[in-house]
Amino acid sequence: MSVLIIADHDLGKLSPATARIVHAVAELGPIDVLVVGENAQNVASDAAQLAGVQKVLVAETASTTDTDLAIIETLAQSYRYVVQSAGSVGRDRMPALAARLDLMPVTDIIEILGPNRFVRPIYAGNALQTITDNQPRHILTVRASAFRAAATGNAATIETVESPTASVARLIATHRTESDTPDLSTAQIVVGGGIALGSAENFQLIERLAKKLNAAIGATRAAVDAGYAPNDWQVGQTGKIIAPDLYIAIGISGALQHLAGIQGAKKIVAINSDPEAPLVKLADAALIGDLFEIIPQLIDELDKAGVR
Amino acid sequence: MKILVAIKRVVDHNVRIRVRPDGSGVETQGVRISMNPFCKHAVEAAVQLGEAGHGDEIVVVSIGPKAATDVILTALAMGAHRGILIETDTDLETLAIAKLLAKVVAEESPDIVLLGKQAVDDDSNHVGQMLAALTNRPQATFASEIKVVGQQLEVTREIDSGRETIAIPLPAIVTADLRLNTPRNAALPMVMKARSKPLAIRPVAEFGVDLTPRLTVEKISPPPERVAGKTVGSVPELAAYIAGEVSQMEAL
Repeated sequence: MSVLIIADHDLGKLSPATARIVHAVAELGPIDVLVVGENAQNVASDAAQLAGVQKVLVAETASTTDTDLAIIETLAQSYRYVVQSAGSVGRDRMPALAARLDLMPVTDIIEILGPNRFVRPIYAGNALQTITDNQPRHILTVRASAFRAAATGNAATIETVESPTASVARLIATHRTESDTPDLSTAQIVVGGGIALGSAENFQLIERLAKKLNAAIGATRAAVDAGYAPNDWQVGQTGKIIAPDLYIAIGISGALQHLAGIQGAKKIVAINSDPEAPLVKLADAALIGDLFEIIPQLIDELDKAGVR
Repeated sequence: MKILVAIKRVVDHNVRIRVRPDGSGVETQGVRISMNPFCKHAVEAAVQLGEAGHGDEIVVVSIGPKAATDVILTALAMGAHRGILIETDTDLETLAIAKLLAKVVAEESPDIVLLGKQAVDDDSNHVGQMLAALTNRPQATFASEIKVVGQQLEVTREIDSGRETIAIPLPAIVTADLRLNTPRNAALPMVMKARSKPLAIRPVAEFGVDLTPRLTVEKISPPPERVAGKTVGSVPELAAYIAGEVSQMEAL
C-alpha cells in the first residue's frame, strides 16, 4: 500500500513545499503525486523529477475545493496515505477529505516517528502532541518547513486521470502579491519586519535588506493588519510557518503568536530598540538600537563583507 | 436568513501555557479562559450580516462543559439571538465535533454556518471543512470578507499566494480569518440582556453520535528550549555574524 501526495503549485510551477513532502514521507511507502490544475503538464514534469516518486497523476481541470475533493476521494481508495503540505490548499482540502471518508486526519505534522506515529504542535507550538493513528488509512498534512527537499533527477511516469464535472464555486478575482523574493515557507533566509517600521514605505527597508541577502520577506500580524505588508507575508500561528537557517527579525518584539511561526528557525538575529523584547531574549545575535539607523549601515557592512 | 455560528471555549491566547510534567496534557486549571479569537470574528461577522439585513436569526452553538455557557453568553451579548450548549466533559476530536454540528445543521437548517478557521488550543483548522463535507455544502475557508449577493456568497479568502474572491451558492459554510472584522466588546446593557436570551443546554448523548476517539495521544511534551539570547555591540559585529551564517549555509 502506498502514498498519494497532492502537489501544491502556482502559476504553472510546482511549489518547493511538495519536494519536501515527498522527502518527509519517503519511508511510508511508494509515492504517487497528483497534480490538479489547468495546464498542469509543466507541474507534472517537475514532480516527475523528484526522487522517490513512482508515478505522477494529472487531472486537467481548474483546481477548486469541490473538484479537487471529488478527484482525490476516488483515488484515495487505492492508497494507505493521502498527504499534502500544510499550506492553504492542504488545510482547505484534507480535513474535508477525511470527513468524507469517515477518518480523523492528522495535520501540521512536524515529525514522522513511524508508519502511524506522528508529532504535531498545539498551542501555537508551545506543546507537542505525539499521536498514534490506528485507522486503516491516514489523511495527513505535513509542514514543509520541518523537512528537507527530496533530490531531483528522477523520471517518473506521467498518467492522466479523469476530471469530474464543474465546480459550484466560481473564481471572481485573485489579488496576488507581486514579488520576486523566494518562497517564504521554504526560504533559507527570512527577513521579518514588525509594527515598529511605522509605514508601508518604511517597510521597503526590510525588502532592501531581504534583496541583499536573497531572502524571503516576513511580517508580523500587526504589520499586516496595519497595511505595511500583504497578508501572505504574515508569519505566525495563523500565518505561515517558517524554518529558515537564518531569521532576521527587525522591530519585532515577539508576540506568542509570532514566535509560533519561527520556532523552527536555526539561527535568529534581532534588531530592536527594546533590550527586554522576548525576541531579543532568544536571539542568537541581537543588536539594540534604532532600526532606521542600523539597517542602512548593515546593508553597507554586508556589501563590504562581500555577502552575495 | 438564518445564521448558525459554532464557537469554542479555550485557554486565552495570551496565556503562556504550561505542559504538565507527566506528559498528560496542558495545565488548564486556574488559567484565563475565553472565546477562541477566530470564533469571535465569526460571531462578529454574523452580527454584521444581521445588521445589514441578512440575518433574521443568529444561533450560536458550543460543545463543551457547562462552563462553556460563558462564551455563549458573550456571543449573545455581541448580538446573537439564541444559544445551544451541547454539554460534555470529554475532549472530543474534531471529527466528532463536526458530526455533532452536522446534527445541529440538520435541525436548524441555517443558510450560513460561520466558524473560526482554527482554535488556538489544538490549532487543528478542521471543523468547518469537515462540516461542509458532512452536510454536502460548499465551503469558503479563511475568509477576510463576506458579501451576500442574491442567493450567493462572495467570499475573499486569505491564501498562500495572497487573496482570492470566490462565489459559492447558499446554503454554505464559511470559516473566519483574523482580518474579517474587529469583534465588538458588548456594552453592559447587552451583557445584561444576554442573560434573558434563550440558551438550551442539551446532553451530548441526545445526538446519537459515536464519539469514540480515532487517534491516541501518547503524550504531550514541551518543545525543545532555545539557548538564551546574546547581544552584539555594533553594526559591523552584526554584519560579521550574518556573513558568517550565510557562508556556512549549504547550497540548496
